[in-house]
Amino acid sequence: MERSFIARNPSVLVFLALLAAFTLGVTALSEGFGIGVVSTSFVKTLGKTLCLCLVAVAMDLIWGYAGILSLGHFAFFGLGGYMIGMWLMYERTRQIVMGSLSEGVLPPTPEEIQAAIGNQIFGVVGSSDFPVIWAFADSLFVQLVLVVAVPGILALVFGWLAFRSRVTGVYLSILTQAMTLGLALYLFQNASGLRGNNGLSGLQNLPGVQAPQAVVSIWFLWASALALGLGYLLVAWIVSGKFGSVIRGIRDNEARVRFLGYGVERYKLLIFTVTACIAGIAGALYYPQAGIINPAEVAPIASIYLAVWVAIGGRGKIYGAVIGTAFVSLVSSWFTGGQAPDVSLGFYTIKWVDWWLIVLGFSFVLVTLFAPGGISGLVELMQRRRRKGDAG
Amino acid sequence: MKTLLEVSGVTVSFDGFRAINNLSFQIGSAEMRAVIGPNGAGKTTFMDIVTGKTKPDEGHILWGDKSISLIGMSEARIAQAGIGRKFQKPTVFEDQTVQENLLLALRKDRSPLSVLLYRPNRRDLDRVTELAQQIGLPDQLLRAAGELSHGQKQWLEIGMLLAQDPQLLLVDEPAAGMTLAEREKTTTILAQAAKTRAVVVVEHDMEFVRRLDCKVTVLHEGAVLAEGSLDHVTKNQDVIDVYLGR
Ligand SMILES: Nc1ncnc2c1ncn2[C@@H]1O[C@H](COP(=O)(O)OP(=O)(O)O)[C@@H](O)[C@H]1O
Ligand SMILES: [Mg+2]
Repeated sequence: MERSFIARNPSVLVFLALLAAFTLGVTALSEGFGIGVVSTSFVKTLGKTLCLCLVAVAMDLIWGYAGILSLGHFAFFGLGGYMIGMWLMYERTRQIVMGSLSEGVLPPTPEEIQAAIGNQIFGVVGSSDFPVIWAFADSLFVQLVLVVAVPGILALVFGWLAFRSRVTGVYLSILTQAMTLGLALYLFQNASGLRGNNGLSGLQNLPGVQAPQAVVSIWFLWASALALGLGYLLVAWIVSGKFGSVIRGIRDNEARVRFLGYGVERYKLLIFTVTACIAGIAGALYYPQAGIINPAEVAPIASIYLAVWVAIGGRGKIYGAVIGTAFVSLVSSWFTGGQAPDVSLGFYTIKWVDWWLIVLGFSFVLVTLFAPGGISGLVELMQRRRRKGDAG
Repeated sequence: MKTLLEVSGVTVSFDGFRAINNLSFQIGSAEMRAVIGPNGAGKTTFMDIVTGKTKPDEGHILWGDKSISLIGMSEARIAQAGIGRKFQKPTVFEDQTVQENLLLALRKDRSPLSVLLYRPNRRDLDRVTELAQQIGLPDQLLRAAGELSHGQKQWLEIGMLLAQDPQLLLVDEPAAGMTLAEREKTTTILAQAAKTRAVVVVEHDMEFVRRLDCKVTVLHEGAVLAEGSLDHVTKNQDVIDVYLGR
């Protein structure tokens, strides 16, 4: 079965090969394992980009294929980040606390250790008690499960309520925006138990790992590439068969699919939940590379950017989501990172940090109006032209 | 003949306007029935009610040997129970191939998990080919449905209905916009289907109804005005007044 799936979808193999070549290439040029041409911070940028591509692939599944324009998937991405961030921060703080306490005469009691960790982590929000949600923060295994389970359960409950009441189209988009806004506002509170607007920080330091960041960044690059490869494979497999046929049918004419006897709501709920889980995994790989996560990450605009990337890359073609995201987010970090040279017009200086958003918004409008297939749509159009040219 | 579907005393109002008014209707298990009536008579709304799209305000709808009530069941469950529907406007999935459209309709387990793991086997593909032959599209299997002509789309939709293998087919204006030759072929497909199952055809065109050669129900203002053979109903003075006379 799998072999025939690959045989029927040669583009999947091409993508996996390119991804592997890219990862190996970056490794060979890196400071940690290679000749040192590519800086560690740029390796991290590339690794983060792969994570963004993964959540974009999930976005393409739910929007491009199933036609559900969710504008809340960055909430799931952020939740995945928070879940792994809790363990990273707890464990590292514990090790530091143990180190300093062991210098005392008497060995510290468990209560003393706990209080010291609490003080370290929650001092910024004027507290030293551990909130209930940190109950399992000492267990990497549990937090890894939560990376998938928390976004998954939130999506399941939210999706069940929304789809059961047959909320569709723009109303669903607004509802998902409300969800991510609600989550952001909750996280901003100091009482949320996740350090309010300080967020979780120091996530780049893996507890118990002595290796320098130059090496760790390559580990994360590989992990991100692996996750993207598997995610791509999973989504390509899901859409390749009859299931793909059903969800594309739901996108194009939901009522018709219902009259064929398919429980449309259950399909939507499944897709919503699965993509939320993928987003959670992507977030859990992203934030250790970013080093910090705070509530601003799950602001409503982040989920809208996600839709913009997928639209620019081209909906309904998985590689389109990857191209769009890689292209836009890399260009975006170049412009907003201050590397782009300002353009002086004499009377006015165009600062890209300010102007980039306007350029991005404008290109989104242009793509929507003139190239609804996005970048990948243009590629396919050119291929078709060439084939026609050959034939004629 | 055993009754397959029994609709009794059904009423539906939209904002106070009674689209269906105390309607009663029965059909047996291997019967062809034509439903005619002027525009706005409630023919499409009648189908909406039976298929679960519209909930009636009053009345009963009983289905099958066990006389289960269809009221309150979801569209998907009613379809699974054996009622297939063709819409007035042809609705096939345009960016999928004829084969994919037919496979989608093929009677199989509809739960997400089994659909995810499903891969068509020889028998399913043969059945699809057979259906394509029946609806006159055997060479079009790999073409996108959106590229078909209007008449071909109508047939594809009828083919999808047959693929569902329902006990009752509700067909809304199948011949609209078809050429004479296409209409004849449509008649043949429907007559063939009615040998083993119940078929309800809504149609405007009298010639088409005559060719179906079956019992006719005339709807008017949401209620049954007359029922019987075509010759019988066309002689009915009420029918002449409201419909044929115009
Ligand atoms: N959803 C609806 N809301 C309001 N009025 C409706 C609705 N559906 C149908 N109607 C009205 O009910 C009447 C019957 O419509 P319909 O069943 O489509 O007629 P037919 O198919 O016989 O031409 C029409 O007057 C129509 O305007
Ligand atoms: Mg109608």
